[in-house]
Amino acid sequence: MSTATAKKPRLTTSAMIASIASEGQRTIAAPFGKALVTLAEQRPEIVGLTADLAKYTDLHLFGQAYPERFFQMGMAEQLLMAAAGGMAKEGFMPFATTYAVFGTRRAFDFVHQVIAEENLNVKLCCALPGLTTGYGPSHQAAEDLALVRAIPGMTVIDPCDALDIEQAVPAIAAHNGPVYMRLLRGNVPLVLDEYDYKFELGKAKLLRGGNDVLLIASGIMTMRSLEVASALAADQVDVAVLHVPTIKPLDTATILAEASRSGRLVVVAENHTTVGGLGEAVATALLTAGVSPQFRQIALPDAFLDAGALPTLHDRYGISTDAMAKTIKTWLA
Amino acid sequence: MNTPSDTGLQAKLAEHAYRIRRFALQMGEVQGQGYVGQALGYADVLAVAYCHAMSFRPDDPEWQGRDRFLLSHGHYAIAFYAALIEAGIIPEDELESYGSDDSRLPMSGMATYTPGMEISGGSLGQGLPIAVGMALGLRLKGNPAFVYNSMSDGELDEGSTWEAAMGAAHHGLGNLICLVDINNQQADGPSSKVMGFEPLADKWASFGWHVQRVDGNDLPAVIAAFDTARQLAEAKPRVILFDTLMGKGVPFLEAREKNHFIRVDPPEWQQALDILDQAQGAAR
Repeated sequence: MSTATAKKPRLTTSAMIASIASEGQRTIAAPFGKALVTLAEQRPEIVGLTADLAKYTDLHLFGQAYPERFFQMGMAEQLLMAAAGGMAKEGFMPFATTYAVFGTRRAFDFVHQVIAEENLNVKLCCALPGLTTGYGPSHQAAEDLALVRAIPGMTVIDPCDALDIEQAVPAIAAHNGPVYMRLLRGNVPLVLDEYDYKFELGKAKLLRGGNDVLLIASGIMTMRSLEVASALAADQVDVAVLHVPTIKPLDTATILAEASRSGRLVVVAENHTTVGGLGEAVATALLTAGVSPQFRQIALPDAFLDAGALPTLHDRYGISTDAMAKTIKTWLA
Repeated sequence: MNTPSDTGLQAKLAEHAYRIRRFALQMGEVQGQGYVGQALGYADVLAVAYCHAMSFRPDDPEWQGRDRFLLSHGHYAIAFYAALIEAGIIPEDELESYGSDDSRLPMSGMATYTPGMEISGGSLGQGLPIAVGMALGLRLKGNPAFVYNSMSDGELDEGSTWEAAMGAAHHGLGNLICLVDINNQQADGPSSKVMGFEPLADKWASFGWHVQRVDGNDLPAVIAAFDTARQLAEAKPRVILFDTLMGKGVPFLEAREKNHFIRVDPPEWQQALDILDQAQGAAR
């Protein structure tokens, strides 16, 4: 019998704008765009700029609400960043959006020299951070945090969910200086409303306590860490989750206080390569303070990542909830 | 034909250009180096910009109504400081600190160091896209000031220049004037060998700009070009392409083998100053 007649398995897809929400998860649509529209009512100095990605960064909502304050820069990210800097020099507060790969890799010198060197009040909000698209390295910003962390004076935000984004928008606007915020767009999961949590710039927040493992995470990896904590609780493993939405400046005091508690495995989980992200930042903070718990990193490999469906890739690279739980159990064994 | 008032204006601006050249040479002598070839070549353009075309308040460099002048080619700082001294924004005695540690006059222009320096140039190709943002911002505020972006011909190689050229035309930025110094010298040699940019006027025109190309060392032509660029009614960005001669005004430097960085031997600084003084004395 020919194998050609056998029923083929249904192949997974690699949609560019795959939602990171799992089946049945509560979501909020376009939290960034809505929060910006609301804030801009009271802040007439806010302007929006994009490089042909308004619809894909939820900035189109701002453009519809304030057409005279919305500026289309075309698919030209160097112009986007420099023009945002120019508008900031004239007293405006530009929110500039594109994908993270273009905002960091493509336009790096313009972010560094035009915006950061003069401490201009530009908010870069960049979608598809880390591994949140299956389109391969052209669109996967696995190293965005390493790049922007290296820029002096840059504040770096990695929000977890819709609530985080909604609260981070006014918080980064209240901060005078350049900010890079990883953007989750479209239908964004809502997770943190179940916790006693409020976004505060520069603050890490303990979302749940636990005696066996301390998971330090940012961005969507905080959501995954909370799921891992629930899953491992069934196995009598007690997992604490510390959410670090501000990557720079790092809340070293809170991290050290939590990591200093003896007897816990410390795991940093990040949607970013092992190079130059939260894991290395935390490791440096711990070593510098002479705190040396058992330390592990869950992160993307230092490699050009595969194309494919996100669930497949998150499993492959160990950042899905199941993969994380399995890895942590191995470390505890 | 020149009217008497034109002649008076030209004589006044020639005096300013002479002083700008002189200040640049004095700064060059302090450090024994500097982009003086470019400064001498561009002095006429800077004199017309700062002593004829632009609105500003010397004692208030951040006055909101000022025309903005962006020095994209940060290495022209020596020429620009000379213009700022002539404009009264920087005191003359400060030129002795040029390029020294903790000076407000670093070798490459930086906004955070120097009054009147609008941007940190030097990473070439950034001035024009910044100018697009400032011009958009001024228009949104209803501020009628102009944004002048000053750049070198080498910056025509940078892709960001053309991103900005498209963006400025798309947004109809009639408050943006780009000044290009065409001396045909880049770090690795003549621009025509490094990366040919001709036909340049056609290029800018095809990007939707109002274009003028003039001899940047012909004062009446430079004055007229600035006046035309400012008075144009059309809502489109304007560019003035200035063909300039490096070393202009000092014949032995004009004749010297053309390099990005013209060599000047120690005794030649004073010789160059003497030549400028004699020529200006004869013209008065």
